[in-house]
Amino acid sequence: MATVKFSKDHEWIRVENDEGVVGITDYAQTQLGDVVFVELPDVDRVLEAGSEAAVVESVKAASEVYAPVSGTVTAVNEDLDGDPSLVNSSAEDGGWFFRMTISDPSELDGLMDRDAYRGYVEGLD
Amino acid sequence: MIRPEEGNRGLRLEEPLIFELDTPGAVGVDLPDIPDAPDRLGGLARNGPIGLPRLSEPRVVRHYTRLSRMNYAIDSGIYPLGSCTMKHNPRLGERLARLPGLGDLHPLQPDSTAQGALDLIDACADWLRALTGMPAVAMSPAAGAHGELTGLMCIRAALEARGDARAKVLVPESAHGTNPASARACGYAVESVPADSSGRVDLAALTDRLDPTVAGVMITNPNTCGLFERDILEMAQAVHAEGGFVYCDGANFNALVGRVRPGDLGIDCMHLNLHKTFATPHGGGGPGSGPVALSADLAPFAPLPWVLRDGGGWRLAEHASAVGGSPLGRVKGFHGQFGVFVRALAYMASLGGDGLRKVAEDAVLSANYLLARLDGTMTASFPGPCMHECLFDDRFLRGTGVTTLDFAKAMIDAGVHPMTMYFPLVVHGALLVEPTESESKETLDRFAGLMLRLAERARAGDAAWFREAPVHTPRRRLDETRAARQPVLRWTP
Repeated sequence: MATVKFSKDHEWIRVENDEGVVGITDYAQTQLGDVVFVELPDVDRVLEAGSEAAVVESVKAASEVYAPVSGTVTAVNEDLDGDPSLVNSSAEDGGWFFRMTISDPSELDGLMDRDAYRGYVEGLD
Repeated sequence: MIRPEEGNRGLRLEEPLIFELDTPGAVGVDLPDIPDAPDRLGGLARNGPIGLPRLSEPRVVRHYTRLSRMNYAIDSGIYPLGSCTMKHNPRLGERLARLPGLGDLHPLQPDSTAQGALDLIDACADWLRALTGMPAVAMSPAAGAHGELTGLMCIRAALEARGDARAKVLVPESAHGTNPASARACGYAVESVPADSSGRVDLAALTDRLDPTVAGVMITNPNTCGLFERDILEMAQAVHAEGGFVYCDGANFNALVGRVRPGDLGIDCMHLNLHKTFATPHGGGGPGSGPVALSADLAPFAPLPWVLRDGGGWRLAEHASAVGGSPLGRVKGFHGQFGVFVRALAYMASLGGDGLRKVAEDAVLSANYLLARLDGTMTASFPGPCMHECLFDDRFLRGTGVTTLDFAKAMIDAGVHPMTMYFPLVVHGALLVEPTESESKETLDRFAGLMLRLAERARAGDAAWFREAPVHTPRRRLDETRAARQPVLRWTP
């Protein structure tokens, strides 16, 4: 089973064949409300962990999405251009944002697993 | 529950788009037939209809009058968006702006025929210099965010003039949303500074981020939580010690005008929204205006033109050679928003220094009165006292099934314009109320009573009623999501 890790900024990263697939969590999409626009990074952009990677705009607010780890963008989810509502309907699957290389796998250790993230979110409410 | 006098039920007008009212054969003006004339357009004359609606004059007048009656404005009731959008526009300013000698001026008139107008621009600048305690004011920026950009361009020019180009600007979370955009537009990287638990800039986090790559910090004071940044002197000292500049967003100057001079707080640069603090019309009523006050270090870089007085007359200096220093070029055509300067000067001169001080005092008192009346039933995000606006979050709605949006829609049914909602982002489900100085205690009491009754109704478990709101409006809830995802920007038959 693929490893999925979560950041305090409500991004998830699923590790697949040494690459990471990144999106925002289901909790994040419920907080944002209906997503109307997603600005994705350019392929080949080099991201540092914690740096701004994408922007997600909902009827309520525009929010930055940060790179959970360092690496280079290898692909983006073109489907979000035509149908940003995928972020609402399938935040942790079809609503993924981008794929990236993982330049330092040890950075994954600084992220939360699903149980820890669940506890973190409960603490926010 | 909702008293009828708060309601808005009698005038639910329906009105189609003017294009849908097109009536073949109807005309507004009876024009003579076009005489035969040789075609000098080389066959380019239009021969099909151009698609303008055909209507009689009375129908056009009714159309726009009916639309205007669907509007809610500061002229029709309390407007808790406050000076953030626009305050009451005193009619004196409107009257003066229409004096023929001011209203009929043309921006291309020679200086010699516009001496009074140039004098007026300088008089307006002089008030702003006095109120900010800063030595120079660039009058031409067209609105607040334009003022931000102009101020940052002055900071950039000053740094580059000393051979010290810098890369980034720090923007606290409690600052205005336009600030990071302005810094980016000026070519700077933006770094965020977190707020502390009191809703103010975390001073230690700010000083940690200061280094010789930081061009400046953009602070909003009072900040977007309606709180005074108490550490402003320490922040300014720390920024200056690293060679940076302090930009202050002046959008909330309504809380300070006549009481505090930003120059005394160590601020180098600050825009003033004349349409906010100085009560000029905005939005559909008139253009904004965002003069920028500058410290002595930044003044030589102020954009052209400068209004100067020499040999007994006023003139506009258009070239660097005429003013010395290294001014920026023009940031705006002509003289800035002259008609707005007339109204702002009328506002300042009619209130006087003591009156302006009273503006700030009453604006802060009104907000604190609402904070005191509403907190407990609603949930204030931070303990008071606040400045000119009071901030609540949605904890008081927790478990009721009612959201901030539902609450705001229910306010519309009660005949009141909602407050700012979901901003600032630093609190959950924000409700930000700014009553301004011009509402009477009776109006504030009626508003507070309504908010308390709505909060109690939410707690009583009436979520379904909230989710239905608004029902007393020409349209119910609009599909904001679809409007953003699939905007239709052009009417087609």
